[in-house]
Amino acid sequence: MKKRLHKWRLIALLGIVGLVLSGCGEPFLSALKPAGNVAQSQYDLLILSTLIMVLVIIVVVILFVVVLLRFRRKEGDETIPKQIEGSHKLEIIWTVIPILLLIVLAVPTVVTTFDLADTKAMDKKDKDGKTKDALVVNVRANLYWWEFEYPDLGVVTSQDLVVPTDQKVYFNLTASDVKHSFWVPAAGGKMDTNTDGVNQFFLEFDSKKAEDSNNLFYGKCAELCGPSHALMDFKVVTKSKSDFEAWTKDMKSAKEPTVTGDLAKQGEDVFNQSCIGCHAVTPNDSRPEAARQAPNLATFGEREKVAGVLDHTEQNVKNWIKDPEKYKPGNTMTGTYGELSDSQINALAAYLLQLKVEGK
Amino acid sequence: MSTYANKKGFGATIWDYLTTVDHKKIAILYLISGGLFFVIGGLEAMFIRIQLAIPNNDFVSAGFYNEILTMHGTTMIFLAAMPLVFAVMNAVVPLQIGARDVAFPFLNSLGFWLFFFGGIFLNLSWFLGGAPDAGWTSYASLSLHSEGHGIDFYVLGLQISGLGTLIAGINFLVTIINMRTPGMTYMRMPLFTWSTFVVSALILFAFPPLTVGLVLMMFDRMFGSNFFDVAAGGNTIIWEHLFWIFGHPEVYILILPAFGIFSEIFATFSRKRLFGYSSMVFATVLIGFLGFMVWAHHMFTTGLGPIANAIFAVATMAIAVPTGIKIFNWIFTMWGGSVKFTVPMLYAVAFIPTFTMGGVTGIMLASAPADYQYHDSYFVVAHFHYVIVGGVVLGLLAGINFYWPKMFGTMLNEKLGQITFWTFLIGFHLTFFIQHFLGLMGMPRRVFTFLDNQGLNTGNMISTVGAFLMAFGVLVMVINIIITSVKNEKVGNDPWGDGRTLEWAIPSPPPFYNFKQLPLVRGLDPYWVEKMEGKTEMTPAEPLGDIHMPNSSILPLTIAFGLFVAAFGALYNMDDKTWTLPIIIVGLLITFGSMLIRSVKDDHGYHIHKEDLMDDKDKGGKA
Amino acid sequence: MQSDERFTDATWPASPEKATLEGKNKYLGFWLFLGGETVLFASLFATYLALKDKVPNGDAALAKDLFELPLTFVATMLLLTSSLTSVYAMYHMKNNHFKQMQAWLVITVALGFAFLGLEIYEFNHYVHEYHHTFTSSAFGSAFYTLVGFHGGHVAFGLMWIISLMVRNARRGLNLYNAPKFYVASLYWHFIDVVWVFIFTVVYLMGMVG
Repeated sequence: MKKRLHKWRLIALLGIVGLVLSGCGEPFLSALKPAGNVAQSQYDLLILSTLIMVLVIIVVVILFVVVLLRFRRKEGDETIPKQIEGSHKLEIIWTVIPILLLIVLAVPTVVTTFDLADTKAMDKKDKDGKTKDALVVNVRANLYWWEFEYPDLGVVTSQDLVVPTDQKVYFNLTASDVKHSFWVPAAGGKMDTNTDGVNQFFLEFDSKKAEDSNNLFYGKCAELCGPSHALMDFKVVTKSKSDFEAWTKDMKSAKEPTVTGDLAKQGEDVFNQSCIGCHAVTPNDSRPEAARQAPNLATFGEREKVAGVLDHTEQNVKNWIKDPEKYKPGNTMTGTYGELSDSQINALAAYLLQLKVEGK
Repeated sequence: MSTYANKKGFGATIWDYLTTVDHKKIAILYLISGGLFFVIGGLEAMFIRIQLAIPNNDFVSAGFYNEILTMHGTTMIFLAAMPLVFAVMNAVVPLQIGARDVAFPFLNSLGFWLFFFGGIFLNLSWFLGGAPDAGWTSYASLSLHSEGHGIDFYVLGLQISGLGTLIAGINFLVTIINMRTPGMTYMRMPLFTWSTFVVSALILFAFPPLTVGLVLMMFDRMFGSNFFDVAAGGNTIIWEHLFWIFGHPEVYILILPAFGIFSEIFATFSRKRLFGYSSMVFATVLIGFLGFMVWAHHMFTTGLGPIANAIFAVATMAIAVPTGIKIFNWIFTMWGGSVKFTVPMLYAVAFIPTFTMGGVTGIMLASAPADYQYHDSYFVVAHFHYVIVGGVVLGLLAGINFYWPKMFGTMLNEKLGQITFWTFLIGFHLTFFIQHFLGLMGMPRRVFTFLDNQGLNTGNMISTVGAFLMAFGVLVMVINIIITSVKNEKVGNDPWGDGRTLEWAIPSPPPFYNFKQLPLVRGLDPYWVEKMEGKTEMTPAEPLGDIHMPNSSILPLTIAFGLFVAAFGALYNMDDKTWTLPIIIVGLLITFGSMLIRSVKDDHGYHIHKEDLMDDKDKGGKA
Repeated sequence: MQSDERFTDATWPASPEKATLEGKNKYLGFWLFLGGETVLFASLFATYLALKDKVPNGDAALAKDLFELPLTFVATMLLLTSSLTSVYAMYHMKNNHFKQMQAWLVITVALGFAFLGLEIYEFNHYVHEYHHTFTSSAFGSAFYTLVGFHGGHVAFGLMWIISLMVRNARRGLNLYNAPKFYVASLYWHFIDVVWVFIFTVVYLMGMVG
């Protein structure tokens, strides 16, 4: 009877754990809804370790409850319990069993550690120095914005990372000012972008899972980097292989933007006066990294968010240009372009929203 | 006692505490200042939880939030947990080994004042242009980037208080090795003394790397060196290594004393000797040793490569084994015992499931590839609060309740204690359990706000509610302390009735010389051994004789104060102000002058004469 | 027992530094302190090795350009000898020969000052000949910090031994100050050991490349 009770408890607990874990979070953000092989292997480890740990907790709690119920001192009870030194048998049991449990966890841990660090495909270069058969993205983290460079395609974009589904995407990670950390929870764990050296890893996005979250995932900075650390979000847009190829073609062939309408044309003038020193508007930006001081705006009109966190509306574009400090404290844009009048800001917003590559 | 402790005026009492070298009074100083910093750190925590109660909140600004989160972590670790641990160690360890004082009473006092002035210095940053804002880990690239003097306050404040900690560590090592009473062999030492011993060794080897790290950062910020300046060949990862080579042992420095306190409490209130004493000792030593082998598990995502990650992952998992041994030994100490649920015992009992949960999430974190997901997310926040609050803070609350009568001679109110216990415990689980899930759902740590529509709202609200419950519990505890102190109902030697170790064989509070005659120890739990033979006091190990006591001194305070002054000069020196150099010189003169006086002036202490001790018969104090 | 009472050669204990409880505590505590110091220098060595020859550009001097064997060899000999003379001093301390002890300590201190002088000359040389300064590169910062920390220890040790000699010049040896002399000499040996490592890791390995 007692045994059955324990079994029932175990099943119920596992059920609850599974339910809680799977029911948690949004598909575009949650590590509990893995959207690719990397995240899946990490999720599997999470489940395995949780199961082992729940087992341990159950044993401890059962013993614990028994003790609390059975060995309570009665009022006025002055008997002296037997003084027991210990028990070698018991002590060996609770040394050996944990070791066995840990081995069960340690083996897949070590295997996965090496699997996830396998970036050999990045090193195979053809005679032009391009990576042979892997898609490589250089991620450069800056105070509160992200740059994504596709070195083999000669294309630079920012804030919205575009990747194909169902293949490994390799990353070179670095930071240009302070340490940040690159994290797309639904696609896999994070890796730091250090100021010294380049870190490499890969992620994968499953096409079916991507559809569940409308081909859009949230990315975060996971290392404290200053006041607006919490607002250093980016987005990952997933595309099928063919769509991705079409996108890269658009990006590669994109020329200087041409805008329509008087207001937007005025905006272009304002932009060329005040903004162009830092922001580029074409995706084929061949300047060195150090010169690329601000996000590339070639696809600004197609972005998911303004400044990574605000909804993509014209009003928010205006608000942002007017007072970036209000929306991202400590950003490096504030105060670098003088005072703009309201009409200038309106014009600028009209111009910026026409900056598109795909022609959506 | 009449000749030594007449009723003193207020000023005389203050002076007494400023100059004291008595370990029991230093314990009280540590308790008061640690308690004060605990309240400050708690207030900072409340600010954090209020800000994060709802999405897009603007209760505090982004920059200010970073200062709060940094100071919350730094204060709680260095200025609250450490001194409170030292308070209990100072109050109890010399008594448990049957010593009249620590090995270096003067250094004991110096250690306290260095900690105290370091802590004050760090907290003055709030009023002098802003607190540090790069997290308690203060990673090099961000902390060099940080403007203002916040980080300088961090560096100098921790340097001073860290020095105090190092001194305290050496002091306890020597005390435990050299000052044990006859018969108190190593394998008869109470577990709390054992854990103090191991912890002191950890301090000795863990604090120098922090010192070096802080020196490098100080040089970089103040004197233009290039340790962490990548453009000039520097490397920021050095800071991460140095910090965690210190930082990981540091968490064991905090948790092992809590383990020790719980071991005493379980045995006492089960009326049963500790189950598996020798394996408990072994486990304590092993945990301390392994604590130095695992620092890089804080850096799995730094990019050290799969070999390092795999090695450190497996090494980290190994720590679960000795910790597991301890958990089961505690449970089996109660098994077959006669368990009485006093307030300290409630904390001890609640500690077992709570800490087990923190421990198992620790194992989950050790699995490196999975840690890529957990790292720097709220999962980690939940984990370390489960071990630090669920282990260290519960341990300290238990210890303070348990040893309060020994330190002050009066019992804390059990009813109010129970209210504190339940609200604190429930509030704690409410606050932190949900945070595991917040982290897995994609919430990074150290964020000053979070956006709406990310599925994070409910969890954060629950967490904030829990925090208020915890705050209520602490408030009740403060009230309890005040009421108890006002009432001041005196208790006898062994107020819990089940005391097992030497400290319960002498009056509460003990006379300033602790033991009139050093006691003879005849086994583990020496007082219990005597009790079981029907005796009420220890057998003396020496005839009644003169007792040698150290002199009080103001010099520890002035040495520490000089560094405090010099630190201000050094801090503002980087602004090219003219007045800073004289300040540095004056400060160092005070410090080195005091040290010179200490060195040159002979201090032989004094003797309490046999005849005076005879008069004390009615006051107890007999071994 | 008065720890400052006068002793004759007959009553002077074999290990005067450990004859009292205070002395025993001081002896053990200081050994432990040296354990902590070892970790401190280990951290500095690790930092130095990580940053060795890490300079911002090709013009900056590297280890193999800077270091010259003769100078550092002489410095090493000076410090090693001073360690030996402090051993003689402690030998006489144990035999209650106060005058001889003081004499050997004077020689120790003189050698220490000579070492310090050479070090100052050496630093000056690097700064002026090679523009290798504390702020010129990460290598410079790490070098001056490691070697400078050692130099600072030497300076502190000198001050310490001198003040002990001056303070006790008139009253001679007793059980109160014997542990103090002993501990100071321990410190001096420790400095010497650290220097042996600096000589090996920084200079010899630096010259090899």
